Amino acid sequence: MATIHVDGNDYEVEDSDNLLHACLSLGLDIPYFCWHPAMGSVGACRQCAVKQYKDADDDRGMLVMSCMAPVKDDAYISIADEEAKAFRETVIEFLMVNHPHDCPVCEEGGHCHLQDMTVMTGHDRRRYRFRKRTHRNQNLGPFIAHEMNRCITCYRCTRFYQDYAGGEDLGAFGAHDNVYFGRVTDGTLESEFSGNLTEVCPTGVFTDQTHSDHYTRKWDLQFAPSVCHQCASGCNISPGERYGDIRRIENRYNGDVNGYFLCDRGRFGYGYVNRKDRPTRPECREIDGEARTMEVDEALDLAADRLRGARRIIGIGSPRASLESNHRLRQLVGAANFSTGIEAGELARIRRMEALNREAGLATPSLCEIEQCDAILVLGEDLIQSAARVALSVRQAVRGKGAELGAERGIPEWNAEAVKTIAQDAGHPLFLATPDVTKLDGIAAHAERLAPDDIARLGFAVAHALDSTAPAVDGLDAAMSRLVERIADALLAAKKPLVIAGESLGSMAILEAAGNIARALGRRQRSDAGLTLVRREANSVGLGLLGGESLDWALERLETGDADGVVILENDLYTRLPAPRVDSALGWAAAIVVVDHQRTPTWERANIGLPAGTFAESDGTLVSLEGRAQRFYQVFDPSYMRPDTRIRESWRWLHALHATLERQPVETILLDDLTQAVAEDAPALAPLHQNTPEAMFRIHGLKLAREPHRYSGRTAMRADLDVNEPRAPMDLDTPFAFSMEGYAGYREPRREVAFAWAPGWNSPQAWNKFQDEVGGHLRAGDPGKRLFTAAAAGGDYYTEIPAAFKPREGEWQVIDLPQLFGGDDMSRRAEPIRERMTPPQVALNQTDAAELGIGAGDAVSIAVDGTRFRLPARLSAGLPPGVVGLPAGSIQEVTGGLTPAAVRWGAVAKADHDSQAPAGEARP
Amino acid sequence: MTTTATIGTTIASDGFALDPADREMILEERGHYPYPQAACIEALKIVQKRHGHVPDGAIPAIAETLGIRVADVEGVATFYSLIFRQPVGRHVILICDSSSCFLTDYEELRDAFTEHLGIQMGQTTADGRFTLLPVCCLGACDRGPTILIGEDLHGPVTPGEIPRLLEAYA
Amino acid sequence: MSRILQSAGERRAETHPLTWRLHDDQSPVLLEEYLDTQGYAAVTKALEQHTYESLTEEVKSANLRGRGGAGFSAGFKWSLTMKGEGVPRGYIVCNADEMEPGTFKDRLLMEQQPHLLIEGMILAGIANRAKQGYIFLRGEYHLAAAAIQRALADARADGWLGADVRGSGWDFDIALHTGAGRYICGEETALINSLEGKRANPRAKPPFPGQSGAWGLPTVVNNVETLCNVPGIVNHGADWFQALSGDLSSDGGTKLYGVSGKVNNPGLWELPMGTTGNRILELAGGMRDGLTLKSWLPGGGSTGFLLPEHLELALDFDTIGKTGSRMGTGLLTVVADNQSMVSLTRNLEEFFSRESCGWCTPCRDGLPWSVKLLRALEAGEGEAGDIELLEQMARDLGPGKTFCAHAPGAAMPLASAIHYFRDEFERGITRPKGEAHADPIPVGSV
Repeated sequence: MATIHVDGNDYEVEDSDNLLHACLSLGLDIPYFCWHPAMGSVGACRQCAVKQYKDADDDRGMLVMSCMAPVKDDAYISIADEEAKAFRETVIEFLMVNHPHDCPVCEEGGHCHLQDMTVMTGHDRRRYRFRKRTHRNQNLGPFIAHEMNRCITCYRCTRFYQDYAGGEDLGAFGAHDNVYFGRVTDGTLESEFSGNLTEVCPTGVFTDQTHSDHYTRKWDLQFAPSVCHQCASGCNISPGERYGDIRRIENRYNGDVNGYFLCDRGRFGYGYVNRKDRPTRPECREIDGEARTMEVDEALDLAADRLRGARRIIGIGSPRASLESNHRLRQLVGAANFSTGIEAGELARIRRMEALNREAGLATPSLCEIEQCDAILVLGEDLIQSAARVALSVRQAVRGKGAELGAERGIPEWNAEAVKTIAQDAGHPLFLATPDVTKLDGIAAHAERLAPDDIARLGFAVAHALDSTAPAVDGLDAAMSRLVERIADALLAAKKPLVIAGESLGSMAILEAAGNIARALGRRQRSDAGLTLVRREANSVGLGLLGGESLDWALERLETGDADGVVILENDLYTRLPAPRVDSALGWAAAIVVVDHQRTPTWERANIGLPAGTFAESDGTLVSLEGRAQRFYQVFDPSYMRPDTRIRESWRWLHALHATLERQPVETILLDDLTQAVAEDAPALAPLHQNTPEAMFRIHGLKLAREPHRYSGRTAMRADLDVNEPRAPMDLDTPFAFSMEGYAGYREPRREVAFAWAPGWNSPQAWNKFQDEVGGHLRAGDPGKRLFTAAAAGGDYYTEIPAAFKPREGEWQVIDLPQLFGGDDMSRRAEPIRERMTPPQVALNQTDAAELGIGAGDAVSIAVDGTRFRLPARLSAGLPPGVVGLPAGSIQEVTGGLTPAAVRWGAVAKADHDSQAPAGEARP
Repeated sequence: MTTTATIGTTIASDGFALDPADREMILEERGHYPYPQAACIEALKIVQKRHGHVPDGAIPAIAETLGIRVADVEGVATFYSLIFRQPVGRHVILICDSSSCFLTDYEELRDAFTEHLGIQMGQTTADGRFTLLPVCCLGACDRGPTILIGEDLHGPVTPGEIPRLLEAYA
Repeated sequence: MSRILQSAGERRAETHPLTWRLHDDQSPVLLEEYLDTQGYAAVTKALEQHTYESLTEEVKSANLRGRGGAGFSAGFKWSLTMKGEGVPRGYIVCNADEMEPGTFKDRLLMEQQPHLLIEGMILAGIANRAKQGYIFLRGEYHLAAAAIQRALADARADGWLGADVRGSGWDFDIALHTGAGRYICGEETALINSLEGKRANPRAKPPFPGQSGAWGLPTVVNNVETLCNVPGIVNHGADWFQALSGDLSSDGGTKLYGVSGKVNNPGLWELPMGTTGNRILELAGGMRDGLTLKSWLPGGGSTGFLLPEHLELALDFDTIGKTGSRMGTGLLTVVADNQSMVSLTRNLEEFFSRESCGWCTPCRDGLPWSVKLLRALEAGEGEAGDIELLEQMARDLGPGKTFCAHAPGAAMPLASAIHYFRDEFERGITRPKGEAHADPIPVGSV
C-alpha cells in the first residue's frame, strides 16, 4: 500500500497501480479514453493528465499522464490544478476537431463516454473553423454498424479485438490524422467477440446493428439484471426493453464471471424473444384440428380436465428453464414422475461432471479465476464454439505469461504495450486435444487432432504420467508419449494448472480422463489446480442438481403405457431424441400440455399450449458451469404494452395448473418462496435461499428502479390503447419496480444492478462507480452463489480406458462439432444470429475426401441413425481419418431430426450427380 | 508457437499471384529476424519492386507467406509513405518539400514539375510514365532543391532543367 | 551526395577522426584502405584489453553526446543497458534514418566510409553484450545501402563480423534493414517497432530500450555519427577525445557541422565541438546574392529559430540549449530576410503534421490544425486570436504532454518563430482584434 496526496487529501492506495486506476478507484473523476480497466494503459490519448509534484514543497509540478504514472508512496498530485484542467480541455478540443458533432442522430448518444468526458473537461466552445476530415464506412456484417467519422483514435478497438480477443481482421490503417479502424475490405467481422466493440469504443464508431434496427435511447429502455441463457457460462447481462421488445443486450459487470465482456451469441442472440410467431395466448389443439386460442381460465380448465383423465402424469423439464419452473413442474407431477428432459447419455455425463466437480479434489474456477491459470489442458472442447466466454478467459490466461515476464523486468502489468513487447509470442502453455482445428490453436503450445476415444486416452495417459497409480494407457506411440510427458510436466510446473473438458463430444471417457487428471493433480498436492467442465445449456448444471429422470425414461413411460399424461416445460424434445421415437411416444399420450415461449415442433404436438415468458419476461435461477447459482430478473411485463398477451412465467402457469388440477383456488405465490422450496427439496441446492436479495430488499425504503430517471413517454406510450395511464405493473417477486421510481444510484451497495448509471457517467464505463476498485468486484459482492466446494483429494481412478480409435472400412464415426452461432436451440431462432450460422455441411478429413473423390463443396450423401441426407463437403486439415463432423444445431434443420448422440457410425459417399435432391435436403 | 504458412501458389480474388521468386525472397527475409512480422516491410518492398505498387491481393498473400495477420500487413502497408497502395507511374519523382529545399525555392520547382507534366502532386501522368510525390528531407540539403527519381538523387534542380532531366526516364 | 568541404589536406587523423580518410572525389573508403589506416584497430584493442564495463566507462568519460540531436551521453546510455549473467544478449541498432529537415551528415559517413560505422557498431556490441546489430537505414538512401552492404560483406569475409570475431570467441553480426519512409522512424522506440515490422508508433518509456527493446530484449539505439566516434575514442582514449574540442565546449570531440539554405557554399565541415555559428557561416561563404540573414535553425526542423546575434554562441548542446532552442544535429538552416517566417513555419508544421504517426492526440490532431491556421495567416485570412491559439498549441504540444518528442520538436520552431517574428504573423490577420471572439462558433457547426 502507498499513501498519495490528491488535492490536499490523503488516500491509501495499491502501490502496484497507476495513478488513474488508483484515483478512479477512490471515486475521483479523471477523464480518459485509451485506458480501459481490463486492457491497461498505453498513454495514447493524453486525456488523463494530472499535475504531479516532487514533494509537499514543490508548487510548480509537472503534467503527467495518470494512466502511465505508477503510484509512488508519498506522491503529491493535483487533478484540480488549472494547467492540468486546461490541458485536458485542450485534448478534448483536439479530439473533437474532426468529430461530426452528430450526437442527436448518433446511437451512442446518451450513453457515450466521449460525451461524458467532454462535459467533464468543460469543453463547450468550438474554435476549429476549417474543413473536417471524413472517412468512408464499411459494412461489417449483421452485428456491428460502422461510422468512422466519429472516431477519436483511442486505439481501444484494435487493442481489444486483436490483443485481448485474438481477432485477425480488424486493424489500424493509415497514419497521422488519417488513421482508420476497420477491415482490409468490407465484410463481416470474424471475431466471436465483436460485440464488445460497441462497449469498448468510447464513441459511436462501432454500434450494435441489432439495436439500430429498433433503436431506443438508453434512458428510454427498461432494464433488469439478467443472466445469459445462450450457454452454460453464466454471463451477466443487462437487457433493455421498450414497447414490449428487447432492444439490445449489454454486458452486466460481474467481477467473478464475465467482467466487461460477452460473446456475440449472448449479446446478439436475443431475437427469439421478439419473434412475432411466438405463442402469446393459450392454445388448444384438437386431434388433427387447427389450434384455437383461448383465455387463461379456459385453458387451465381444459388442461386440468385432460390431465385428470390420465392414468399417470409425468413431467418433462428442461435445462434451458429456471430451477423454479422445473421444480414447480416436479411439484405438479411428483418427484417420481419428473424427468429432466435431458437425453439419458447426456444426463449421465452431467451427473458425472457434477460428481467430478464435487469429488475430484479440484476447485471449479470462475471465469475470472481461469484468467489466472498458468497451464491449461483442454480435452475435446472447441471452447470458442461451446463456451465462447470461457475461451476468452483461457486466452487471458495464456497472455498472463506476459505480465509474469514483465514483472521480472520491473514492468507493471498495466503497462500494456510494454508487456506485449516483452511477451512477444510467449504464453502460458495451453494444450488442446480436439477433433478439428479450433480458433485457439494459434495460441496453443500444442494442438493435437484426435478422435474422441483418443482424446480420452491422451487424458488417461496424462493422469498416469502425473501419478503412476492412475491406470496406464497401452499402445501410445512415441510422439504421443512425448506429448503426454510434456503436458504432465507443464501441469506440474504450473502454480495454477487447469483441466477443461465437457459435453461437446458426448464422451463419458473424456470426462473420466479429465477426472483422473484432476485426481492425480490433487494427489500431487496441486491444491490450486482447477477443473472446468463445460455443459451444453444454461441450466444443465441446475437440472443435474435438482434431480430427475432422463428424457428416455419419460418417453418409455409413454411408450409402455405406464403414463399417458405429460406436461412438457420449455423443451423441444425433437432436438434431443430422434423424431420417430418422440413422435411415437407422444402418440401414446392422451394429454399433452406444453409450456413454452417458442412455437417448436413439440409445441405443435400439444393438446394445450401455455405461452411462457422467455428470460426477459420471467424471473428464476440458473446454475452455470462453474456451479454458480444466479438469479435473472424479469425485464418487462409483456401484457403492459400488449394487453392481449397472456404470457406468464412458466412456474406461474405450472402453479396455476397444479391448483386447478387439484380443484384448489390459485393462490398467490412469490418467487422467493419457490426458490426456498427448491433449496429445501434438493440438498445440493440448499445454499440457494441465501442467493439473492429477497423481494423485500429495499434501499432507504425504496424498491430498485428498472427504468432510468429520465425514462420518457410513460404517460403517452400506451395512449393508442387507453388515454388513461395504467398503473405500473406490480412486482411482488423481486425488489425491482417496473418504473423509474426506486433506487438507481451507485453509492448504496447492491449486488443486483439493472443498469449502470452514475452522475456524469452515462456510458458502460459507469460500472467503475459500482466497483470496490475499477475492474474489481462489485462493492456489495459479485452476484451469484457458488454451489460446488471441492472435496479433499481422493476417490478412485476410473479404469475403463477406451481402445484406440481405428477407422472402419466403409464407415465413419460421425461426431457433432459445436457451433457458437445457432448451435443452441434459442439463438438459432434469432434473426441476426441466423446470418452468422455456418451453413450445414459435413467436415471430412482431406485424405478421406480424396479417396472418396470428394472435393470442397461437393455434395456428400450421409446415412446415420436411420436418416439419410445430403450436405456439401468441407475439407478439414484437422479431422482424423475415419471421422466426419456435423455442425451441431444447424444440422437439425436439414435432417429434420438428427439429434446429438455420443458415438455413432454412418456411411459417407459422394452424392450422385443425377440426384435431384438439392444439397442439404433430407431424404427418407 | 510460430505459425507455419502453407507453401503454395497464392492467388487472390483480384487475380494477384505472388511471384514464386518473390515468395522465395520474402521467406529468406523472414529468416533474418527472430519473428516473421519483421520481414513485413521488406516483403511489401519486394512486391512493389515487381509491380510498381502493392496490389490489393498482395496483402493477404504476404500475410499468408509470413504467417501473420492480414490486418497487420495492411496496417503497415498504409502507414509507410514509400509503400504505394495504388498504381504509380514507371518512374516516381519524389520532390523534397522539407525546410532547406523549401528555402531554396522548392515551391517553384514543384510548380514547374506539375505544369510540365500536367498533373498535380500525388497524380500519375496519363501515359503512366511519371508519378509526382512529396518526400521528407532527402538528406542532401546542401544541394537543394533536391528530387529523387527512382534511385537517382538530383540537386540542385532548376525549373529549366526539367525537360532534359526527364529525358533519361523512358 | 553531400560533400565535406574541407580538402583532404586539411583533414588529419588526430584532429578529424570522422573524416580524415575521406577522398576528395567522394569515392568510398574500402576495406583494404580502411585496414591500412588504423581500421578495426579499435576492435582488436577492445577484444584484447577491454571488458564491457571498461569499454562503456571509456566512452562515458569521453563525454560523447548523442549526435542524433538529443545529446544524451552515449556512454551513460550504454551503462543503463541490462546485461550480464542471466540476461539474454540483445541488439545494437544504428539509427541511420536521417530525415530531420536540414540534416545531411550521416549520409556522407555511410556513403563514403561505412567501415567506420561498422567498427563503431562492433564496439558498441561488445560494450553492451549485444548478439546482433541492425543498421536501420532510410529507404531513400540507395547509395548508402549499397556501400553498407558491400562493407558488411567485406568485413564479414575478413572475420570482423560473424561467429568468433577474429578468433576472439566473441560472435556478433550486423544486418542492414532499410525503411519505407516516415520521419517518426527516427524516434528510437518507433524505430524499434518499425524494425519489428510494425507500424512505427513510439513506445512508452519506461521501459527503456536498454531494458526491453527490440523483441523485448535489451537494445541500444545510437545515431550513425555517434557510433562513428567510438573507434577514435577506443584508439586514442577519452582524454584525447575530450581535448578535441579544447576550450570551445565541455562536450568532447568534433562535430560534423553544415549549412544549407541560400548561402554561397553550402556543405559540411568537421570542426571541434563548440565552434561558433559565425565561423561556420563564414566557411559557407556567407549569404548568397546580397541577401541578409534573418534567422537560422541550429540543427534541423525540430530546433527553435535563432537570430543573427546568436551566431556568436558556441554550437554545443548546453550553450544552444540556454537560448531556448536546441543544437539538434548541428546543421544550420539559414533564412534570408526576404523569406517569410509564416510560410517557413507553415512548411515545417506541414512536415511534422504529415509525419505524425497518429498515436497521441495533441500531435495527431493539433498539428494539422496549426497548419490550417498558418495557411490562413499566410493567405491573409487569419482571425484575431489565431496567434494566441498557435501559442497555446505550441505549449500543449510541448515536452511531457505528448507521447514522444515529435510534437515538441514541432512546437519549438512554431513557438520561436512567433516569439521572434510576431509582426510577420500579425500581418496575416484581417479581422480586427476582438471581433472573431465576439461571436465564437458554437460546438456543432462545421
